[in-house]
Amino acid sequence: MNSLILRFAAPYLTALMALFSVFVLLRGHNEPGGGFIGGLIASSAFAIYGIASGVAPVRRAMVFHPVSIAGAGLFLAVISGLGGIAVGEEFLYGVWWFPTFMGTELHLSSILFFDIGVYLVVVGTITSIALGLEEKGRN
Amino acid sequence: MATEDLSLLKAEAMTQSTLAAVDHLPVMPLLICFVFGSVLLMLRRRVDLHPVLAIPGLALLLATDIAILWQVWTNGTMTLMLGGWLPPFGIAFTIDMMGALFLTAAGFVALACGIYAAASVDPVERRFGFYPFLFMMIGGVSGAFITGDIFNLYVWFEVMLIGSFGLIVLGSRHEQLDGATKYCFLNLVGTTFFLIATGYLYGLFGTLNMADIARKAAAMEDTGPLLTLVSLYFVSFAMKAAAFPLNSWLPASYHTPRFVTSALFAGLLTKVGIYAAIRVMLMIFPPERAELSVVIAWVAALTMLIGGLGALAQSDFRRLLNYMVIAGIGTILVGLALPQLPAGTDTGPIAIGMSGAIYYAIHSIIVMTALYLAAGVAAHLTGSSSLHEMGGLWRHNPLFAGLVLVLFFAVSGLPPFSGFWPKLFLVRATMSADMPWLAAMVLFSGFLLTIASARVFALGFWRSLPAAVDAPNDDERARIVGERFSAAGPEKAASLIPLLMLTAFVVIAGVWPEWLLQMTASATAGVLDPSGYIDSVFGGRP
Repeated sequence: MNSLILRFAAPYLTALMALFSVFVLLRGHNEPGGGFIGGLIASSAFAIYGIASGVAPVRRAMVFHPVSIAGAGLFLAVISGLGGIAVGEEFLYGVWWFPTFMGTELHLSSILFFDIGVYLVVVGTITSIALGLEEKGRN
Repeated sequence: MATEDLSLLKAEAMTQSTLAAVDHLPVMPLLICFVFGSVLLMLRRRVDLHPVLAIPGLALLLATDIAILWQVWTNGTMTLMLGGWLPPFGIAFTIDMMGALFLTAAGFVALACGIYAAASVDPVERRFGFYPFLFMMIGGVSGAFITGDIFNLYVWFEVMLIGSFGLIVLGSRHEQLDGATKYCFLNLVGTTFFLIATGYLYGLFGTLNMADIARKAAAMEDTGPLLTLVSLYFVSFAMKAAAFPLNSWLPASYHTPRFVTSALFAGLLTKVGIYAAIRVMLMIFPPERAELSVVIAWVAALTMLIGGLGALAQSDFRRLLNYMVIAGIGTILVGLALPQLPAGTDTGPIAIGMSGAIYYAIHSIIVMTALYLAAGVAAHLTGSSSLHEMGGLWRHNPLFAGLVLVLFFAVSGLPPFSGFWPKLFLVRATMSADMPWLAAMVLFSGFLLTIASARVFALGFWRSLPAAVDAPNDDERARIVGERFSAAGPEKAASLIPLLMLTAFVVIAGVWPEWLLQMTASATAGVLDPSGYIDSVFGGRP
């Protein structure tokens, strides 16, 4: 799209939205948010960047192909379920550990990794669709 | 919150048993499908690696399925509560004998199609994700056979559909998109019915665990709403299974994608609908199924008739096979249409008929996949899948022609191959249930399929290649024949091995049927009397 304002603002908006999506992902365990909605926010960030400056810069900025990102997310989500088996419980059993990092107790769990997997799957698929629609006349 | 409170709550809500390695088996087929599928997605630039990784993955899947079958056969129904939450709140993966049989058959044809695809799917389509979609679809199919939760069953239906949508449009030719649109739209309508029925069911019972529903439905006094519920389920599963009059999507779409994709679809997708119908209608709601049995009998009879007549009317090998799939679905539905004798007698017609129907479903999964793969080989060799142009296969490839002849005998229900025994059981069951017209229809549809198969064999295999017959002189004739039949060189092994595997099963299940009959009889007993299934989920808890 040929709008100077959008082209100028898009990189900042994208960065802000990508950051916000990570925040939404991480607060998702006990509060509204999570991997799915976080992934949607991140992919709309990429979509805005694509509308403003074309598809090629977005693909360059993402480094990996969106479909590969989705694959990595699916892999992570499946693997996170193995945590339960590792501690002698059922598949997908939530495993928690509470390391102290710089004086703060962190609440880490296998569920978090599952959610990150969901986030990546959503980012990958929705971005792939959005970029496919924005790209004109491809094969 | 104090830690003691937490552990008390855990004791209340979560499973306490210690798990052995074998207890994790129910989840393994899905793990394998999604791990391999996602790794292949990440390797989308290295399409040369796809078959090298996918075929061992599918072999591992089949080995796991066989281990599950063995485990269920020796130790009875097995249940795994995902995440450790107790039933009926946690999602249960429950595999009984019927689920294990379908699961193993699915793994078997998936491996065969995976090997076949190594030769027949070109790198471009691999890059667009043939193997990842294959794993996704097989994951959905396996999940549907494994799960013991009805909403989870819906989710696996969706996973399977998404995988199949991906497979059916690979290649993006015009007619393919046309077929895919019909396929997608009608299947989405079918799953929407499923979802509506499941919402209604949850409103009635307040639970989604199939074992729990079966318990509560048996104890329910006001059974009025259940008939509506079961009718809704029947519509949705009949649509999935392509039963008359909801079958029009199948002949409109199955001939459009690659042969290997058609083979997978024909083998698996319709049978998932049949499996779900048996599971929900016969296991969970037996009295309502019995009330609907007249309707089911008519649907079965007309489905067989439409399948047989449709197969006769087609002049394209693959379109003809589309109708053979439909005829097979009708034959399986006969098992679901039989009346049930009062409780306590497990030797009624339904026990014999259902055993035959499950046997026929397994046979149909394997033989239909094999026939579509064979159609792919034949079309590749002769350059066309139209019966007007095919010919000369018997002379130029006797081994292949012999395999196809075996498959045709099996699909028509002629001895000594795998289609014969289940039809015998179904005819016996319908006769003893006082439904001779249905028995006659089973035999008549078998007769129609025999004629249709004979036509394909006579025209496509026995007859000389028409193009060569029309040639002006001998040199020209030799040139045409040489051109057509030299095309098969490099991929011969990859296309013959799967056919040999599948045909071997057809022969073994036809000549030595006892082992499979024992298994299907045990599967039927488990469905007719779900107490083993319920005990496996609840383990004696109230």
